[in-house]
Amino acid sequence: MTAYIIRRALYTIPLVIGVCLITFLLFEVLYSPELRARRELGRHADKKQIQEIIEREGWDKPLFFNRQAPGFAKVRDTRFADHMTRLLTFHFGRSEKTHEDIGRKIRRGMVPSLTLTVPIFALGLVVSICLSLAVAFFRGTYLDLWVVVICVAFMSVSVLVYILGGQFLLAQHLKLFPIYGYARGINSAKFLLLPVLIALLKGLGGDVRFYRTIFLEQINQDYVRTARAKGLAEHVILLKHVLKNSMIPILTRTVLAIPFLFMGSLLLERFFGIPGLGNMTIEAVESADFKVLSAMVYIGALLFAAGNLATDISYTLVDPRIRFR
Amino acid sequence: MSETTPQTTPFAESKARSLWGDAWRRLRRNRLAMVCLGVIAVYVAVGILDMMPVRMKTAAGVKWAPVIDVVFDKAVGECDKEESYVPPGTGRHLLGADIQGVDVLYKTMKGVRVALILGGVTALISIPLGLLFGMIAGYFGGFIDDVVVYVYSTLACIPGILLLIALMTVMENGLLQLCVALGVTGWVGLCRLIRGETLKLRESDYVLAARALGAGHARIIFVHILPNLFHIVIIVFTLGFSGIIMSEAVLTYLGVGVKAGTISWGMMISQAKMELSRSPSVWWQFAAAAAALFILVLAFNVFGDALRDALDPKLRVGGRTE
Repeated sequence: MTAYIIRRALYTIPLVIGVCLITFLLFEVLYSPELRARRELGRHADKKQIQEIIEREGWDKPLFFNRQAPGFAKVRDTRFADHMTRLLTFHFGRSEKTHEDIGRKIRRGMVPSLTLTVPIFALGLVVSICLSLAVAFFRGTYLDLWVVVICVAFMSVSVLVYILGGQFLLAQHLKLFPIYGYARGINSAKFLLLPVLIALLKGLGGDVRFYRTIFLEQINQDYVRTARAKGLAEHVILLKHVLKNSMIPILTRTVLAIPFLFMGSLLLERFFGIPGLGNMTIEAVESADFKVLSAMVYIGALLFAAGNLATDISYTLVDPRIRFR
Repeated sequence: MSETTPQTTPFAESKARSLWGDAWRRLRRNRLAMVCLGVIAVYVAVGILDMMPVRMKTAAGVKWAPVIDVVFDKAVGECDKEESYVPPGTGRHLLGADIQGVDVLYKTMKGVRVALILGGVTALISIPLGLLFGMIAGYFGGFIDDVVVYVYSTLACIPGILLLIALMTVMENGLLQLCVALGVTGWVGLCRLIRGETLKLRESDYVLAARALGAGHARIIFVHILPNLFHIVIIVFTLGFSGIIMSEAVLTYLGVGVKAGTISWGMMISQAKMELSRSPSVWWQFAAAAAALFILVLAFNVFGDALRDALDPKLRVGGRTE
């Protein structure tokens, strides 16, 4: 068990290197340094200026292996090594567009993003699991049928339609919420209400339907019949037996949802003008600011790797039947 | 045989048919599923009509154009062209017209083709990848598992939308490029679920029994494990199909989707953002695209759900009838 956890923790090291390699290939290799420099300077840049930027950023070095350099510098004095050091030490440098320090930008954007995503994630998980347990309790009745129908209908609406429709109907027409904006501290609540509500509605249908499927699959197992034969009450069976045995799909789903959460908050922050990381990332996409993008990809990947590690460890805790060979 | 053993009549009855025949019989009985299948068929028909060229006589001469173009040319004609933002029901525009005076119903029907191609081609790329890698990783474990998990974890680590955007900027905008990008990023979710389920199935009694009887790895994987993964594939496919069509809308909105000239529902929705905030708001293009998207995705979700109930023997045992 301990050996497994240590092995699994060490496994994140190649993962981080893999992410560095992918970001390197996407953002550094596939775009020629000249094009990048030209984008920073504008259309009418002359060759001397471009050469200056290329030398300043070290884009004239070889990609992976420097033949001219002596000894260890053969590997160290390359663009890939520079890229790796930049990411691994969290010295992301300055934005290619606004020349702001990226580390500071990220620290500043973190709080607004978290005030949006944490309520969505926590509320969504609690509400959907409670609702789907209730539906599983009333399985086969009209209530069950209608909840499933409504869930499927909710799932079939595009996120853009939720956001545009919510903004148009609830904020613009009925004036229940502010359309756009953000405030620091406790005042942010009124601006966050509508995005959180929209994200909850968006996620609820799929989650409830999925968890219901998982619970119903467990309810047909033999151990549930045994529990019923022992005379246990239905709610005890659901809460103690079914819920525990459904932990693996729930855990998988929860961690799987985190990147999609990130994607959702990209759009939500953009539409509602919340100055978080999602908004910053879309700005970077629009201006093709590769330094900000690769930093965001790297941080997202680090968080995901940590979550992945936690899931695999919790697998062994919730299901002792699983042995990792 | 069923006459001699009256107690096992239901089992004997279901034994007499194949799994798929049995599933189809159950599906036929589900009226809602049949309605949804009909809706999907209508969409597919519209998509096919859009791909079939016929000869069309125009002022400039004879040219080949899709059936839908010909029909709309006859029905709507040139009468209301040049007039922007015609509300629904006025003139010959059933659902109104957009800023350039193009009929909204025409645009909505043109969007079907893009949606169907996207969903189909992407599924063809991502499902075999996810299924194969997931089963191999879960079943063999060890080094193979490590490699597969390494590849997909590295891919999954990168937030999907960013990976899609990066791939699309490399490949330029376009329908086929979008399919490839969605397929390459889309197999990871399926693979992870399949691997997790295979890990559980590997320890199950019937797999142990098959192994004890001397069944080879290929036989165990394809005969004993694969059929028990179908319900996951179907759930993921239906959710994925809708997800793909919806991703198109999001990516096109962000400017990294289909080419600028292509008519798709995503393009219509992104045009609608400006239209909604006009002072008498122009809502019909948004409503038409949203409704077309909603109905197709809903039909796929309901039909996939019914298909799963019909195909999945484990849910079939008790499930709803209890």
